Amino acid sequence: MNDKNNKNSIIRLFNVSKRFGGKLALKDITLDIEQGEFIFISGPSGAGKSTLLKILYLAEKVSEGQILIDGMNLARISSSKLPVLRRRFGMVFQDFKLIPNRTVYENVALVLEAAGEKPSYIRKKVMQVLRTTGMEKKIKALPPTLSGGEQQRVAVARAVVGEPSIILADEPTGSLDSQSAQAILDFLMEYHKKGTTVLIASHNLHLLESTVRGRNIEINDGIIKRTATML
Amino acid sequence: MTHFVKKAFADIRSNRFLNLITIITISLSILVVSVFLLFFENASRVIESWNQGGRAMIYLNKEFTLDMLPKLKARINALGDIEEMVYISKSQALNKLKKDMSSQSAFLKTLKENPLPDAMEIKMKSYNSFEEVQKFAQSIKAIEIVEDVEYGQGWLGRFLKIFNLFKITGYAMCSLFFLIALFITANTVRLAFYSRKLEVEIMRLVGATETFIKAPFYVEGLLQGLFGGLLGLAILLITYLTISSGFTQSLASYLYFDIRFLSVKMIVLIIFGSTFLGWFGCYLSLKQILK
Repeated sequence: MNDKNNKNSIIRLFNVSKRFGGKLALKDITLDIEQGEFIFISGPSGAGKSTLLKILYLAEKVSEGQILIDGMNLARISSSKLPVLRRRFGMVFQDFKLIPNRTVYENVALVLEAAGEKPSYIRKKVMQVLRTTGMEKKIKALPPTLSGGEQQRVAVARAVVGEPSIILADEPTGSLDSQSAQAILDFLMEYHKKGTTVLIASHNLHLLESTVRGRNIEINDGIIKRTATML
Repeated sequence: MTHFVKKAFADIRSNRFLNLITIITISLSILVVSVFLLFFENASRVIESWNQGGRAMIYLNKEFTLDMLPKLKARINALGDIEEMVYISKSQALNKLKKDMSSQSAFLKTLKENPLPDAMEIKMKSYNSFEEVQKFAQSIKAIEIVEDVEYGQGWLGRFLKIFNLFKITGYAMCSLFFLIALFITANTVRLAFYSRKLEVEIMRLVGATETFIKAPFYVEGLLQGLFGGLLGLAILLITYLTISSGFTQSLASYLYFDIRFLSVKMIVLIIFGSTFLGWFGCYLSLKQILK
């Protein structure tokens, strides 16, 4: 485990457990993640990887323990402050979670609109991110008309457009071919190099080992089994 | 705000059929309410004009002599609010009758004596109800020198009874249609919300506030209410213009007044009411869904 008193910690978990009915999905997790770290959460399906990410952006509440995000105690966060917390995160999901009847541009712009940004800034920023993800020619396309790789690039563009301090990606390459998966990882690596903390939950350790330099946290049965630095 | 309005219009476009049904339902409800209001406004105008310039004729019996006049005036004045009181002697009344019936006045010349009674024409101040007028007239009639009081008790009493019946029916119908429109609006919002459940979930995940999520629904509700109100009034106006001229002419000869369309104040009130209805339907629906 990391040093609990690390001054650069952006995410801190103290004895966190999560119970679904009678089943423990996470057991007594204590974890420190530094700002700018690249964290790879690995483990088999059902190990608790997704649950670990979900409790960070409060899609699920912990059953026991405490979580601090950039000094904010999630147990004490009010519902009115929840959107503020979530804007600190950029999230990428395996099933993309794109709004099907909104264009690529609208899907990405949604984050900035929700944050109350000015239309001129939104236009500029969205176009910039879509250019870097190679989706600038498909701004008017609807998500169902795109391939899986393209949809995930839009999802990544949406995750980074608000310049979040933390990117959470839950199986971002799970349904993609190796080329598309590599493109997504390269893109996330670029953001990591700019200082963004990146947490990727995936069972595809092999692909990541060849790409990622960071810390691998291996979870099984809701328990951290091993942490290792990948070089 | 522009974002929410654009979003609401886009949602209305994408759910055209559902929104059209809602707008038509609201417009029909508004139409029914407006028809009643049109009737009430016109009927109230008649009653008000009668109340404000209500005249009554007090017919005096044969024992009346001119020296009794000051005392009689004082007694009538003491009974209620009189704006104006004019004594009409029987000879004045006969002369007026001759003048009014100038073409057929020949037979009046054959009369050996004046059959008309002395009378007092009084103009009453405003009264709140017909019962008050009735009570006032009865108290005048109780004066021993008074033979009779004529104040339109026949037709006006009947008219007021019908008017009050219509009023109660109107209120009941308006409430019923208001509830129907409210239910339909709330249901449309509910369906729209469920059809956009994924969108709402994603919005929440990317950090949208509840206000940001709800605002397009509220704008949609307001627009439905506004368009429904405007459509209902447009249907009423077209119907009014189509049938009003002939209807008014034939009715005017009986009722001595013209049928007017709703006042600007009432139109504004109806549009405001229907817009509120759209908003309130949305509010109820979202409150239930998001509790």
